[in-house]
Amino acid sequence: LLDPMADKLAADKHVRYILMAEKKKESFESVVMDHLRMNGAYWGLTTLDLLEKLGSVSVDEVVSWVMTCQHESGGFAGNTGHDPHILYTLSAVQILALFDKLNILDVGKVSNLHKLDIAKLQNEDGSFSGDMWGEVDTRFSYIAICCLSILKCLDKINVDKAVDYIVSCKNLDGGFGCTPGAESHAGQIFCCVGALAITGSLHRVDKDLLGWWLCERQVKSGGLNGRPEKQPDVCYSWWVLSSLIMIDRVHWIDKAKLVKFILDCQDMENGGISDRPDDAVDIFHTYFGVAGLSLLEYPGVKPIDPAYALPVDVINRILLTN
Amino acid sequence: MDSGETLPLSEQAEWSDVVPLTQDDGPNPVVPIAYKEEFRETMDYFRAIYFSDERSPRALRITEKALRVNSGNYTVMILRCFVECLILVLLSSSTVLKWEFDWKRLVLEELNHDLYGELEFIKSLANDNSKNYQLWHHRRWVAEKLGPDFAWKELDFTRRILSLDAKHYHAWSHRQWALRALGGWETELDYCHELLEADVFNNSAWNQRYYVITRSPSLGGLEAVRGSEVSYTVKAILANPENESSWRYLKALYKDDRESWISDPSVSSVCLSVLSRRDCFHVFALSTLLDLLCDGFRPTSEHRDSVKALANEEPDTNLANLVCTVLCRVDPIRANYWAWRKSKITVAM
Repeated sequence: LLDPMADKLAADKHVRYILMAEKKKESFESVVMDHLRMNGAYWGLTTLDLLEKLGSVSVDEVVSWVMTCQHESGGFAGNTGHDPHILYTLSAVQILALFDKLNILDVGKVSNLHKLDIAKLQNEDGSFSGDMWGEVDTRFSYIAICCLSILKCLDKINVDKAVDYIVSCKNLDGGFGCTPGAESHAGQIFCCVGALAITGSLHRVDKDLLGWWLCERQVKSGGLNGRPEKQPDVCYSWWVLSSLIMIDRVHWIDKAKLVKFILDCQDMENGGISDRPDDAVDIFHTYFGVAGLSLLEYPGVKPIDPAYALPVDVINRILLTN
Repeated sequence: MDSGETLPLSEQAEWSDVVPLTQDDGPNPVVPIAYKEEFRETMDYFRAIYFSDERSPRALRITEKALRVNSGNYTVMILRCFVECLILVLLSSSTVLKWEFDWKRLVLEELNHDLYGELEFIKSLANDNSKNYQLWHHRRWVAEKLGPDFAWKELDFTRRILSLDAKHYHAWSHRQWALRALGGWETELDYCHELLEADVFNNSAWNQRYYVITRSPSLGGLEAVRGSEVSYTVKAILANPENESSWRYLKALYKDDRESWISDPSVSSVCLSVLSRRDCFHVFALSTLLDLLCDGFRPTSEHRDSVKALANEEPDTNLANLVCTVLCRVDPIRANYWAWRKSKITVAM
C-alpha cells in the first residue's frame, strides 16, 4: 500500500529513531546489537552525520567507549569485553574518523594495529583471512584495504598481490564472488570494487560488463536485488549503487524509481527504514537507505564516499591532511 | 538427557572446583536484559574454563552447552530483527559464536577428539544457525581434518541446507570448497540439474554448473562439453525466455571464443525462436542478438523481420540500432543503458 506521505525523507524521525535505539539498552534489538555494537554504532553515527546531526551525540562518551574496545594487540572488539576482529577494527577506525579523532589512537598501538592484526592476515596468494584460523573471503580484502588506507599505511601489505587475488574472483558476468568461482553477489562486488577503487586499480574491472550486471539488479518496483531472481532489499541501494558509482555507470539505473523505493521503506511514524516496504525497521537498513539516498544526491543528505562508506568531507579531511 | 544435566552447574559435583566468572561489562556497561538463568550460568562456567585454559572432556561439554544456549539466544533475535538479509549476515553475525567455536577447536585438538561426531554436532546446530559464518568455518576445519574419505558428508550436509534454501550463499561456498579440497565432482552436474528442475531460475545452481564444467578434473574442460551444455541451456531458455541466468550461462559457454559464439547456429536460432513468439519476454533475446551483432554476427532476413515485427518505431536500416530502440521501449527502467549501447554501435548493418 502506498503511503501518500512517503514521498519525502522523514529525516527528523530517523534521527530520533537512531538516538532512541542507542538509549534503549534493554530492548530486544539492543541485545543483538550488544555483540556487534561497534558495527551498529558505525551505522547509526554515520547516518546521523549524513543527516547533519552528529552533534546530537556526545563525542567524548562515544570515543571513550570505542577505546574500551581496543585490545592489547591494537585491534578492536565488537563491544567491551569481547574479542577483537578486523570487522570491528574497521568500524572503530571509521567511527574515530567521523569524529576527527584518529589521532587518539596511541602511536605505539597504531603501529601494532597495522602490523599485527591486518598485515599479518594477508596470505601468500594475496587474499586475506578474517583471523588466525584462516577463513578467506574477499570481504576481508576490502576491510583490510579500507582500514589501512584510512590509517595511511597501505604499504604494510602487498597491494599488487591483494589486487591480483581480487581480480581472480572476477566472474564471466563481470561480477565478483567471495572466492574464485563463487557466484557474483552485490555485497561481494561492493567489497571487490571498493578495494580496487582504493588501491587505484579500477582498470582491472570490466566496467561496461559489470555495469550492465549491476543495472539488471533493478526490478519493476524500482528496488535493487543482490543476485538474479532474488527479492529487492534497501541494503542493495548501497552495495549495488556504490559499485555503480565507483565504475561511473550509475546513470544506467532509474534513479527516481530507486529513490521512491527507498522512501517507501520508511516508517513514517516511528522513524527508521526497513529492507522492503511494510517490514520492520532496523538500524542497519536505516543506514543503507540514507546512504543510498546520499549517493542519489537526495536533498538534505550529505554526500558519502562510495568506496570508504564515510561522508566525503570526512574522507577529504583524512586524505588531504598529513 | 540424564537428570544430572538438569541440575544447575553450581549444584553438580563435577563442577564444584570451578569458580564461575561473570561477564565484565567494562566501564560503560550495557544494562543486560534478564538473561535466562541457564544461559547466564552456562556462560559464567564457560568463561571460567576458557580463561583457565582447561582443555578437558568437561571443557568440551561446557563449550557445546555454550554453543547451544548462545545459538538459541541469537537465533531468536536474529530471525526477528534481520529476516532474510544476507548482507547483514555478512557484517554482523560474522563473529557470533566465534569465541565458542574457536575455543572448541583448541579443545578438540588437545583431546584428539572424535571429529566424525563433531560433524553431527555441527549438523544439530545448523538448522538454527545456517547463516552463521563461524559455524561454516568450524565445519570446514573439521572436514579438512577428516579428509577426502568424508567428502560425501560435506556434500550431504550442504544438500540438506540447500533443500531448505537453494540459494544459500554459505552452503554453496562450502560446497565449492569441499569439491576442490576433498573431491566428489562426479555427481555434481546431476545435482545442478536436480536443482534446476526444481527452479530453473536458481542463479546459484547455474553458477555451480559453470563451476563444474570449468573445474571438474573428470569432464575434459569447457570446449569438450560445450555442445551438450548448449543444448541443455537452449531447452531451458525456450521454456522460460525471461530467465536471466540461462542467457548468461549460454554466453559464458563461449568464453573467449567469439568466433564460435557468433557462428554457432544454436545461439542465433534461439534468439530467433524467442523473438518470433507473440506474448513473450523478449528483452534477453534482444540483448543477446545485440551482443551477437556487435561481435560481428551477420543477421538473416528472418532475424531482421522478427525485430521489425516488434518495432513500433520507424524501421532502421541498421539492425543493431533498431534493436536498441526496441529495448529502450520494452525495458524502460534501463533506457539509459540501451541508449548508451546504441551510441556505441560501430557495425554497419
